[in-house]
Amino acid sequence: MVMPMPFSTEDLSIYYGEFQAIKNISMGFPAASVTALIGPSGCGKSTFLRSLNRMNDEIAGSRSTGHIWMDGIDLTASGTDVIKLRQRIGMVWQRPNPFYKSIYENIAFGPRYYGIKNRKQLDEIVETSLRRAALWDEVKDRLKESALALSGGQQQRLCIARALSVNPQILLLDEPASALDPVSTGKIEELITELKKDLRIVIVTHNMQQAARVSDYTAYFYLGTLVEHGETDQIFTNPEKNSTQEYIMGRFG
Amino acid sequence: MTTQTQILRSKARKRAKTADKVATVVIIVFALSIVAILLGLIGFIMFRGLGHISWHFLTSNPQTIREGGGIGPPLFNSLYLLVLTMIITIPLGLGGGIYMSEYAKPGKITSFIRLVVEVLSSFPSIVIGLFGLLVFVNTFELGFSLLAGALALTIFNLPLMVRITEQAFAGVPREQKEAGLALGLSKWKIITSIMLPVAIPSLVTGTILAAGRVFGEAAALLFTSGMTTPPLNFSDWNPLHPRSPLNPLRPAETLATHIWKVNSEGLAPDAIQIAAGASAVLVIMVLLFNLFARWGGRTLYRYMTASKRMN
Repeated sequence: MVMPMPFSTEDLSIYYGEFQAIKNISMGFPAASVTALIGPSGCGKSTFLRSLNRMNDEIAGSRSTGHIWMDGIDLTASGTDVIKLRQRIGMVWQRPNPFYKSIYENIAFGPRYYGIKNRKQLDEIVETSLRRAALWDEVKDRLKESALALSGGQQQRLCIARALSVNPQILLLDEPASALDPVSTGKIEELITELKKDLRIVIVTHNMQQAARVSDYTAYFYLGTLVEHGETDQIFTNPEKNSTQEYIMGRFG
Repeated sequence: MTTQTQILRSKARKRAKTADKVATVVIIVFALSIVAILLGLIGFIMFRGLGHISWHFLTSNPQTIREGGGIGPPLFNSLYLLVLTMIITIPLGLGGGIYMSEYAKPGKITSFIRLVVEVLSSFPSIVIGLFGLLVFVNTFELGFSLLAGALALTIFNLPLMVRITEQAFAGVPREQKEAGLALGLSKWKIITSIMLPVAIPSLVTGTILAAGRVFGEAAALLFTSGMTTPPLNFSDWNPLHPRSPLNPLRPAETLATHIWKVNSEGLAPDAIQIAAGASAVLVIMVLLFNLFARWGGRTLYRYMTASKRMN
């Protein structure tokens, strides 16, 4: 038997009631790299992403079959501690969703919940997380202010910093830049390239150029199936399937 | 042809403009008349009552037959009853509302609970008073007491509190909850630390509404907290002593019941002035409580969310 990759799905299917949104997908996410999930709206890429940290559990009527492997543990097993697992898999959404708290509290909240009470240690985590999210210099003098006073792009980087604060091994990004202006988008993309050095990153995007710029691997989804999965260069220059090429070209045109 | 269409169009536009103007005027008139009625009412109550308010009036005991009675004990009772009622209502209401919004699975049972809450909220208060008389006063042998009154008012207020809590929590953006989940927080932690602060402004509004009803309610209290107050010793604050003002098991007439009593069966020669003065005090109390609760809610919201203002 081939050992599954440290982080991978095996024959994963997701159902919403009778509807099968994801059809038997097996794919791996290599370490220290970015995997982009692309495909037309409704192709299931977001559902797939959300299933990786079992956020789909929150949707009434959803269920899954197959496996998600992380370091030899099956995340879909019924005994899995979902709360613990989510600590190891960070997630950032399309619309920035900082907590209605101060900038500092947004970052310190998670670590404190996991038992870090020491003020100095918390200060350190806040600074490191904000630095990793390339936000520290912009907010270091206003940590006590409300996170909602930040601009959209800053809020999004704050959300990334918040996800980093609990030291995840995997970062799931659901169209993290699609609600942002070009400058903020550029910053987020730089950040992704920087962060992948110590993280596995999975990103859903509608922006083909973005997928080409930031990702090492690209997976093309269509109607709940994984049509093609490979190195980004190859997918974008010489895809095996016609349908992949049409989607990518259509977006360029 | 073209010019004709143009003429027709410009006529239609003119008509739409006129309709718009008329509607605006009508709406403004409605709004102004509501404000006018409200101001008139408050003005009338103040005009009649303010002259009668004095320190003596606010602190002395009511008189049955003689002139010069005050409203000291009823005033205290109103405030104390408010505190007692809120101590029971807020935790129950928060619990029920959070359950309905976050835990209850959509289905027949949940719909049934919601129906019950709604029916309960339209119960006539006199019926709740009679229910309180039968259950709390007689069956539980609480007698005419503050506690019986507070329990009756809890029944009266709980539906409102539950519904407002449910709506306040349902109004918290879903993304907030998701962010908490993705961070690996437990459901309880998300509810108490992420959602509650966001919900506070709505909860404060709800609490003010519920509290206003406590101040104003008379019918539900006539048969539960009673229409008399025993002689109180305002230097004895041990809740267990029978003459202590804090004793929850003593009968207590509130400002609202006092106004009702004075108006309907008052024998004192200055009964009308007393009722007018007490009414003015009641209105001022409600206004003060409103301001205080808003200020408190804003402070709490600021503290919990680090924001500058309540939106």
